[in-house]
Amino acid sequence: MRRAYFKNNWIAALVVAPQLIIIFVFFYWPASQAIYWSLTLEQPWGGGNTWVGLENFRTVLSDPVYWSSIRVSIIFALASTALAMGMAMILALFADRQLTGYRLYRVGMIWPYAIAAPAVGLAFRFVFNPNAGLFSFINTIAPETWNPTLNGTQALIMVIIAGAWKLVSYNFIFFLAALQSIPRSLTEAAAMDGAGVLRRMRDVQLPLLAPTFFFILVINITDSFTDSFGIVDTLTGGGPARATDLMVYKIYSDGFRGFDYSGAATQSVILMGLVIALTFIQFRYVERRVHYT
Amino acid sequence: MIERTPVLNILTHFILAVGFILLFLPLWIAFVAATHTIQAVNSAPVELWPGNQLWVNMQEAWVKSDFGQKFVNTLIVAVAVVIGKITIAAITAFGIVFFNHRLRMVIFWLIFITLMLPLEVRIVPTYAVAANALLPFQKLMDWTGLTWLIESASGIRVAMEWNLLNSYTGLILPLIATATGTFLYRQFFLTIPDELVEAAKMDGSGPLRFLWDILIPLSRTNIAALATIMFVYAWNQYLWPLLVITDRANYGLVVVELRTLVPDSLTTGGGTPTWHLAMAATLMIMIPPILVVIFMQRWFVRGLINTDK
Repeated sequence: MRRAYFKNNWIAALVVAPQLIIIFVFFYWPASQAIYWSLTLEQPWGGGNTWVGLENFRTVLSDPVYWSSIRVSIIFALASTALAMGMAMILALFADRQLTGYRLYRVGMIWPYAIAAPAVGLAFRFVFNPNAGLFSFINTIAPETWNPTLNGTQALIMVIIAGAWKLVSYNFIFFLAALQSIPRSLTEAAAMDGAGVLRRMRDVQLPLLAPTFFFILVINITDSFTDSFGIVDTLTGGGPARATDLMVYKIYSDGFRGFDYSGAATQSVILMGLVIALTFIQFRYVERRVHYT
Repeated sequence: MIERTPVLNILTHFILAVGFILLFLPLWIAFVAATHTIQAVNSAPVELWPGNQLWVNMQEAWVKSDFGQKFVNTLIVAVAVVIGKITIAAITAFGIVFFNHRLRMVIFWLIFITLMLPLEVRIVPTYAVAANALLPFQKLMDWTGLTWLIESASGIRVAMEWNLLNSYTGLILPLIATATGTFLYRQFFLTIPDELVEAAKMDGSGPLRFLWDILIPLSRTNIAALATIMFVYAWNQYLWPLLVITDRANYGLVVVELRTLVPDSLTTGGGTPTWHLAMAATLMIMIPPILVVIFMQRWFVRGLINTDK
């Protein structure tokens, strides 16, 4: 514990004030407003709020469209997380062998992280384009087979792949860092005992990756609930027929296109609860760092 | 470790190469599309080898989307957000770590909880705040009766308004609060030995001088790591600028422009989709953060691993 402090507490107040003001205005105030709006019915162009209790929640939760949005969001979160984590883990395990070309492979796995979500969405929109993209050959052989602009399942697959693609780099960075923090003495001891490369991966490295694994799992799921807006917006726009209308996208379209502020605020509160629960799980049950030494 | 595993080495290279190709392929296809004419791009099967139209397409996309001003805007916003975040992280952590007041933990938790409130979940009310950033204070004054008090005392009705829509401030200010940056700085400040603080005090240095002359120079690695990840973060902002900026000609950012480039029936009016221009523009928008990540890789990886939650 620190013993030496500065005495002038007014300077302390001065230096913490800017951040506190910003988080009050842009975080706590809007969050409390969202809760307030979710409990009232607001007229978009003024006219005051009327208190309706949990009526908004009842409306939202009895709407089959909202439940389909929840279903799609969960499928998206689980599938893209599984895909991204599986791929990143395999790549990190093999990259960690540090054979020739290790540095090149590492850069090759990291750079996609730099790309903005809407850019990923737009690029994949072309890649998956039924007339001109990568899969257009399917349609030349069997017309009308591949068309994510009409087929909801195909559109969802496309969004999942784009979402997973964007997460791979992030996961790779964390898996590789965790693998490199495993003491060499452990792997060397295993090698002395006659364990080959694959055996060491399975029995030494994978179990030691467990904390990182759970950390990334929670981060990925949280991320796919919130950060997916950009991908959906340029890739499918929520369509076709709401097949890719993720929860975060629905908040945006209901609030800013439908001007249903109370409905959007109610959905925000539900999503907020979800994010808080996930963050709580992360801090309560998941170790924050990997310490082996 | 010295082992002879020739078969496994080939397998390793194979797996890594496949991974590399899977990650690279979508971007390669986008790049190739940007190098062809509109006819070549829109014919199946997809082109896999670059053509010679890249420069032409990039110029056309640049002019069509009026990228000059927008790149300048994006750069201004990204740099301002980076500087703002680092400054605010450093001074807040300084106020929490080097002063002995009762509110330290309260402030720490107040900042910590913001991690659970990403912009996406509070987007509608945050937009209302952007229309008038002083609204929270006005409401507080109304509720506490302060407005009434001032009105009856001086006859002036307090009505505060500060509209952040269509301004650089509106783009930058809400983004510079940073829980992760504050933690990174707090962790670093906690490693500063007491002796250093005492020595500085003995030499007659006040807190601000200590911050500026000793802590900031010592935290250069922190700054580099934070700056790289924050630059990528700020450059790639999408939802917030999309809402705050309606005057795209003057305040538009390039990443938001991606939305207008989607060649669907709305933008092409039933004509041939302009994929070659969309992909050329996408490439130009991607390049700055990719360069930062590749050339600052060491700092980037360090920043990402140290800050993330």
